[in-house]
This record gives sequence, structure tokens and C-alpha cells, in this order.
Amino acid sequence: MSDHAIALRDATKQFPHRAGGTFTAIRDVTLDVARGEFVTVVGPTGCGKSTTLSLVSGLEPATHGTVTVNGAPVRGIPDGVGYMFQSDAILPWKTVLDNVALGLRYRKVPGREAIARARDWISRVGLAGFEDRYPHQLSGGMRKRVAMAQTLITEPSVLLMDEPFGALDVQTRELMQDELLRLWSGSGAAVVFVTHDLTEAIALADRVVVMTAGPATVKDIVAVELPRPRKVEEIRLTEDFTQLYRRVWDSLREEVEITRARGADHVA
Amino acid sequence: MSLEQTTATASAPAAGRSGLWAIVRGGTTHGRAVVYGVRLLLVVVWLGSWEISARTFMNPFLYSMPSRIWDKLVSWFTDGTSQGSIWINIWVTLEEAAGGFVLGVVAGVVLGVLLGRSVFFADVLAPFIKAANAIPRIVLAALFVIWFGLGMQSKIATAFVLVFFAVFFNAFQGAREVDKTLIDNARILGAGRWALMRTIVLPSATSWILASMHVAFGFALIGAVVGEFTGADRGMGLLIQQSQGNFDAAGVYAGMVVVTVVALLAEFLIGQLEKRLTAWRPQTTTTSAAGA
Repeated sequence: MSDHAIALRDATKQFPHRAGGTFTAIRDVTLDVARGEFVTVVGPTGCGKSTTLSLVSGLEPATHGTVTVNGAPVRGIPDGVGYMFQSDAILPWKTVLDNVALGLRYRKVPGREAIARARDWISRVGLAGFEDRYPHQLSGGMRKRVAMAQTLITEPSVLLMDEPFGALDVQTRELMQDELLRLWSGSGAAVVFVTHDLTEAIALADRVVVMTAGPATVKDIVAVELPRPRKVEEIRLTEDFTQLYRRVWDSLREEVEITRARGADHVA
Repeated sequence: MSLEQTTATASAPAAGRSGLWAIVRGGTTHGRAVVYGVRLLLVVVWLGSWEISARTFMNPFLYSMPSRIWDKLVSWFTDGTSQGSIWINIWVTLEEAAGGFVLGVVAGVVLGVLLGRSVFFADVLAPFIKAANAIPRIVLAALFVIWFGLGMQSKIATAFVLVFFAVFFNAFQGAREVDKTLIDNARILGAGRWALMRTIVLPSATSWILASMHVAFGFALIGAVVGEFTGADRGMGLLIQQSQGNFDAAGVYAGMVVVTVVALLAEFLIGQLEKRLTAWRPQTTTTSAAGA
């Protein structure tokens, strides 16, 4: 069997169109992610990056092609998958502690153990002392920390992240990126991280995947051989980083222009 | 054909009501004392003009007047009514309303949430539910007396059919509007079907369900009282009906006052329950559940 954490082979996803017919979100996506590898995915707005994640997570079945996670074809939600969503997905009616313990409770971990492990994770994401708060009493960055602990407590071997920090301000975002790298290092989890932000994509990744304008397929893969551990705000000032940025942007620019032209057609 | 349109119209009064409630409960910029003062003034003007009219040109036999209603209430609570102690009659009506309310809420929530999560069954049952909702259900009270007799069951049944639909449509809509991200997230975290219902769908629908409960208890009381009108051996509805039979307008009004006080107390209790169940919410939105 392959030792890839994730393997997509010619994966295609079509949705029924409202006006009849079908809409192709992604087309013939072939991509391997090794165990413990951090892959970021960039592409024009609305090109179908998130759809790729939902195929891997089993939330949506592929129309054609195959998707395997940890060597097994995806049918339903595979074991060992964690998913951090773009919008807030923590439960507003549960406290921080109960939110973080949620995955363990679903997995029938005994109450006392679940609480103990949740407390541990809460302090790991820097929220000790906030166990009894409700989400609305927290800032956006703190809610993301809760979501991170909620996902990571299940110790996923495959971690899918859909623009998780997109809604945060720049300073908070960089802080969260560092936190993510710190928590991920040594976890051995394969990460697929979708983002709009090229700086974020390069700073976090082992490899950056550039997607084409929709229907999306893999256009280009850029290896990022910057040393780890990384500090996001320092690494982006280096010469190597700037070169990588230019390289990725050159590849992405065409696709962004295609997408823009289509948008202009719609307006006209 | 779906249930959505019915739901929109069914939940509209609930939304409007809680909007009004938000205003009634305060949160305005005027001083509280001024508000209470003006309210008191309104009551004095209203009751005073009624009393004076009845003593001068209106026929107090037909329209009664506040002083007579007061006397009636005093005599009910001190000497008892023609149907025995007033407390027993209040208790009977309350029991009937509460019985119908609890059964109606449970059935409405269970069915509403299940149908809200099952596109297929919602589709199949939509026309039947619409038709059932269009029936003037209060008429069923007459049928229930034939089926269940003069005792409590017939009133509980009447209260039940009124409560059920009020709660059902809100629970249905609430279950349907659950944030998809919350569901996906819970599924990824390992939630099975039952856990999903219990930890995601039901809590999400709670604000909708609670909003309908304010209206629903009023319906339950109406069901109980109308049921007693139709045929009963005890209860506030019977007292009102007997007063009517004796051309005792004051008795009808007195019965109304008692039922109103009971309804307001129940409303207060439901408000407390709502506060407890929605403690997780920011304070400013607790009164606008249906709008959320």
C-alpha cells in the first residue's frame, strides 16, 4: 500500500446546477500528501479549493476518480480526519471546556478522562482560565484557538483546514500561524491548508499547490525548502521567501486574471 | 410542495410578539418611573371611564362595571363559587392546560425536529400537515367531549391540538435552519445520528421552540377554557359559561380576569425557563428568540 496520508487520483466533483445540468467544481485532481507533510493550497476565489477538502473529509463523495486516506478509499468520514472550517463551527451554547471535549464525548471517551484531556488542550492553546466561558464572550482569535483545540484533541493523522484564519486581523493571524506550526510539529499529522494568502501559504508549507481557475485542477506544485522551526513574521523577510513568493505568484497570476475576466463578463 | 410557506406564516406572529415583548420588558431610554406612571394612568382612565359610564348612561346589567367585577371576584375568593371553591376551578383549568401544553410541546418538538431533518418525509407529509393546520381545530373540542366525556381528557385533547401545531412549525423551521457547518463539524468529530440530534439540532432549534412556547401556553388555556364551555363539570370555562347563562356579565369578566392572571403567571415561568436554557447567549438578544 502507499504510505501517503492522502491520495487523490483524477478526482472530479460535479454538483447539479440549479438551472439543470451540472457544475464542475474540481476536475481531475491528482495529488499525494505524505504522512507528516504540510501542504497549502492556493487558487483564485471560488475555484473549488474547499471542495477538495470536502472530498478528502468524506463530507461529499467524488463524482469520478478515487480518494484514499491512510490507504483506505474514502466512504463516509474516514478515521483520523480533523477539519477546521472557515466559519465558526464551535457550539455557541457550550462552554469552552465542553466544546473542546466534544470530539472525545462523541467517541465515547469516559467523562472524567475527556474533561482532563480537554483541560490539557485548553492550556496548550493558551486559553487556561477560560474553560467556563461561552464562545460569545471570547474574541475571534480565542474562538479560533477553541476550534483548534477541538479539532486537535482527536489527534487527527490528517488535518484539513479551510482558510481557518481568514476572518482574523493581520496580527492575530500571524500569531495563530505560529501557534499552528508549534502544535503541529511533532504531531506527525498530514495537513492540507487552503488559503487565499500567499504569505501564509509559503510560510506554513512544505509544498504549495497552485490550483487553476474553476473547474479547478492542480496547475503547479512549489516545494518550500525553508528550515523549520519557522517564525512567520521573520521568515517572510528573507530573500528565499521573496523568491518563492514571486515563483508562486507568477503561477497564480494567470489564473486570477482568468477568474477576473469571467467576473467582468458576468457584469457586462 | 413544501412546508416552508406554512412555517413562515405560522412563525410570523411569534416573531412579532417577541419583538413587542422586547419593548414591553423595557430597554427603552425613558425613565422607568415615568413608564410605570403613564401605565397606571392609562388603567385609571380606562377603568374610571367605564365605571362612570356604567353609573350614568350605560346599562350595567349588560356591560357591568369594574366595582361589580371586583365584588364578584371578592365573593368568589371568600365565599366560593356556584361550582365550589374558586381554587379548585382554577386548578382544574390549569391542570388541563398544562397537560395539553406538555403533551403538545413534546409531540410538536419530536415530530417537528424529525421532519425538519428528513427531506423525504417532510415532502410526503407536507400537504397533510397543511390541511390539518387549516382545519378550525377549536371545533374539535365538541368532538372530544363526545369521545372523552365531560372530564379532563377532552380539555387536554383540545389544548393539545392547539399547542401541537404552534410548536411543530417552529420546531420544524428551527431544525431546518441549523447551521450546516455545525453539523459537518460534529460529524467530523465523530457524532452519530442520535448524538447529532441531541447535541446540535435540538439545541439549535431551542430558540425557535421557546419562542413558540410563549404563544403555545396561551393556546393551551384557550383550549382548556373552550373545552369547558363545550361541556364540563368544573373549571374556569364552566364558571364563565354559567355566568353567561345567568346574564351575569360581571361573572364573565371576573372569569376573564382570573384566566388572564393565570396566563401571565405562566408566561413569567416560561420566561424564566427561557432565560435558563439560553444562558449561553449574549444578554441583549434573550428577548428576541424568534428573530434569531
